[in-house]
Order: sequence, then structure tokens, then C-alpha cells
Amino acid sequence: MSEIIKIENLIFEYIKEEEEKTRAIDGVSFSIEKGSFTAIIGKNGSGKSTLAKNVNGLLIPTEGVVYVNGMDTKDDSKIWDIRQSCGMVFQNPDNQLVSSIVEDDVAFGPENIGVAPAEIRTRVDEALKAVGMESFKTKAPHLLSGGQKQRIAIAGAIAMKPDCIIFDEPTAMLDPKGRDEIMNIIQKLHAEGITVVLITHFMEEAAKADRIIIMDEGKVVLDGSPVDVFEKRDFLKSINLDVPFEAELCARLRKRGIEIPKEVITLDEMVNYLCQLK
Amino acid sequence: MSIEVKNLRHIYDKGLPTEQVALDDVSFTIDDGKLVGIIGHTGSGKSTLLQHLNGLLKADSGNILIDGVDITDKDVTMLEIRKKIGLVFQYPEYQLFEETVEKDVAFGPKNLGLDEEEIAERVKEALTLVGLDYEKVKDKSPFDLSGGQKRRVAIAGVVAMRPRVLILDEPTAGLDPKSHQDILQMVKHIHATFGNIVIFVSHNMDDIANLSDQILVISDGKKIMDGTPLEVFGKRDELKAMGLSVPRVTELMARLKEKGLDVDQDILDISKAEEEIVRVLK
Repeated sequence: MSEIIKIENLIFEYIKEEEEKTRAIDGVSFSIEKGSFTAIIGKNGSGKSTLAKNVNGLLIPTEGVVYVNGMDTKDDSKIWDIRQSCGMVFQNPDNQLVSSIVEDDVAFGPENIGVAPAEIRTRVDEALKAVGMESFKTKAPHLLSGGQKQRIAIAGAIAMKPDCIIFDEPTAMLDPKGRDEIMNIIQKLHAEGITVVLITHFMEEAAKADRIIIMDEGKVVLDGSPVDVFEKRDFLKSINLDVPFEAELCARLRKRGIEIPKEVITLDEMVNYLCQLK
Repeated sequence: MSIEVKNLRHIYDKGLPTEQVALDDVSFTIDDGKLVGIIGHTGSGKSTLLQHLNGLLKADSGNILIDGVDITDKDVTMLEIRKKIGLVFQYPEYQLFEETVEKDVAFGPKNLGLDEEEIAERVKEALTLVGLDYEKVKDKSPFDLSGGQKRRVAIAGVVAMRPRVLILDEPTAGLDPKSHQDILQMVKHIHATFGNIVIFVSHNMDDIANLSDQILVISDGKKIMDGTPLEVFGKRDELKAMGLSVPRVTELMARLKEKGLDVDQDILDISKAEEEIVRVLK
């Protein structure tokens, strides 16, 4: 596999007033493989959203380099290619929807990069189908539910035919049903070959990724498979992160002498494992 | 202070083609000092109900008695209602508007016509109750605070009214795990300090189970269940049919039982689940 995103010694500082600087990212390096599903977790202010914005060129590194498909985000002439290959979906769909009709909104990106009208039609239809919103194409986005709006925002990203989509807390404002819908779409896109980077607070969502990167105070503090990461329960708690309920209970049961393999991390796996112990 | 809702009915767009019954013959009682959780999926009528409780909406029929006074009565002034009942909307931090935290929190008490001294005391009390350091934050701009802190300032604005009934609409939505826990602690703390009625809406069943004395389940504008956490979450199948879930620990115990492990079903917290699984397996 080849890498689609490569981050080398990234430092990013926000300049507040005058000389005051806040270092949001403090020397981060890692790569993301093409076709992978990576979750990035960290509490508010840990630098995860800043990192995402550095990846698609919304922010430019203070120091270090970010490559997307081999292109340096500092290279002005490549910025549109970078954003085309690495799309982004934000937390609040209201901040991302621009048009008063669903299909116009989805067409906005392709129109801006000069895609031919017939091709745009095909892309919009395909993108809306991919998120299950084709029957809403002539509706007004403001009349849709939060989950539906977020699906339109995702369709807008898909219509750009990106290699990679970065989701920045896409489910934070949604109810449980909306959250499930979005997670299903994200998993489906990944299965179809799109590289997914999911920034989230929810460990249950991160458990679905192949890899979890934990950020704290602008640094990567943990990087591994969900099984490896959830095993470090005490460390996660020490940096004020949640441990999934399943991992917490398994850890407690192990202390009580019930041997549960570390690979058991979901509710289904727990049920199956515990029931065969009897 | 107690709340009695009798046969409450609310219809949006009455007489128009878009007419929709949002609340349909809803009745319940909340006793003084209770912490009540309301659950129901989006569009079930929860927010409509909350808005009735502090007089933002007028009922098509039915009564709402607060301490025996019917607030649906035309002679009751809104000021009287809102003195007693504080409503914190979803994402209340979007309502912050003043230059300093202190001024923002003082806005409500000022409108009650209290004197300066009383206002200052209440602002201090409210900010402390929501877990902020009064001296540290009072002169800051509310817009320079973190998301979780902003939300607490916004809640302090309502707490400063010393409401006998405090209503919170999804107070933890969109927060990170640490801020989420802080807000839950804050709700418990305010409730313990004032001994008032606290009503909160949440989609997080773990929080609802952990905090509530009483749970109301709303679906399609109707009150479907009204009981203790154990009573309500004991009806897992009915809740699922409404598109709702039970706390993860309750779900685990139910599935273990289905698969033949003879565990107790009446379990809402992880420590009890731990004991029960150890008991059955050893």
C-alpha cells in the first residue's frame, strides 16, 4: 500500500494578538495508507481539528511539511488538487451547506473545479445515491433533519471524487439514529476504497477503525489498533479520555480473575465470549 | 413546588395542510425535589413539552399546574412563570452576548428587578455552582472561553434566577468526554444545593439512568412510560420498538440472558454488572 497523507514534524501555531502564540500542534509525524480507516481521538483543544485543517490546506504548517498524494500543501499551485483529493466534512452541516436546493449544493464543488455539466449531473446523482438521499434532491436543505443535512454535506464531498475524506466530528450534533446513519455511510465509503480519517469523541465509533491515533496537547501520544489502544485504559483515563464501556468492564472482570482475551472489544464479542465460559 | 400536567395537547399549524399534533393528551406529575429525565427520539415532542413548561408555547387544551397555579390561565403573568422556571436551551452558548461573563450572568437577575447587591451575590453563587472560578472568569469575555466553559456560563445565567424548576434540553450535546462528565456533575450539584426540580432531556441512556429519579418516555407526542430507571429500562423491547435504546450495561445483561447466562436483568451500573457476572461465572 502507498501512503496518501504524509506528515513530517508538523508544528502549527495560532497567532492570537500581537506576539501571543498558541502552539496547537507540536511536532507531529505520521503517514496514512491509501484505503485505510483511521480514527483520531483527543479532547477539546488537543489539536485534532487543527491537524485536519492542515491536511487539506485550510491551514498551512508553521513548521514541517504535509504531503497529500505527494503534493506539498505549501505549494499554492497545487491547493485545488489537494482539496479535490482530500475532502472534508465538518461537525455542523449548517456551516457547510451553501445552496437552497439539495442537488445544487452537491453540485457546488464539481462546478467550481470546472467539471462538464453532463458529468456533474452524473456525479450528483451518484453522490446522493451513495448517502441514500436521492429522493430529496429537489428539497431545501434547511427543511431536513440534522442527520439528513450531514448526509448532504457528505454527498458534496463525494461528488468531488476524492481519494480521502476527513470527517471532523461528523456525528457530534446528531441524535443516536442520525449517528448510526452517518457511521454506516462512513463504513460503506471505506469499504468502497475511500481513505477515511475520522475525528471523533466517541470511542465506540473509533472502535470501527483499523487504527486509532490519540492526540493530547498537540502531540500524538498513542497510535495503534483499537485492541492495542483500548488496552491502555489507565493511560486513556489519565489524559481524561473515555474508555468504551465494554473495555472498562472487561478490564474489571480480568482483575476479578475472569480471563478475557484483549481482542474482545465489542458488545457482541463480549456476549459471545462470556456465554461460552459457562 | 410540584408540577402537574393534565391532558396537555399542542397542535402546530392548526387548520393548515401542514397541521401536526405535537403533544397528544399528555399527563404526568413531578413531585418536589425530583430529578427527571425525558427521553424520546427527534421529533417526538420533547422540546415542545419543555417549551410549554415555561410558558413559551400556549396549549390548545389541557392544564399545567405549578404549585397549584395553572400557568395556562390568562391571568398568570409570564414574569411569574419564568421567575420560577428556568429553561436552558440546546447549545445555550449561542445565546451568550455580553462583554464579560459577569454581565452575561447578571442579565436575568437584572430583569427580575433585583438590587445590585443581590445581583452580585447571585452571579457569584451561580458561577460557583456551575463549577467555574468566579474571580478568574468574571471579567473575561465569554467568547474567549472553551466550549464546555461557555456552556456553563450560559447555564449560570439561568441558575442565577434561582429557579424552583430547572429545565435543561440536552445539556451535554456536542461536548468532549471530560466536559460531558463535568456537566453531569454540575447538574447533580445544582440539584443537591437547591433541592429543586431538575428536568433534563438527553439521548444518552447511560446519563439518564445514572441521574434520574423518574423518567418520562415520549413518542409521537404521547407519554408512553413514566417510572423509575429500573421500571423504564426494564422494558427494553418496547423501547427498541420506539427506536430508543437502553443503557449499554442493561443491553449487555439482556443479551447475556438471551444467550443462556442466568444474570439479573435489573442492572443499570457497571459495578453491579461486574458483581453479577462474577457471581454467575464463578
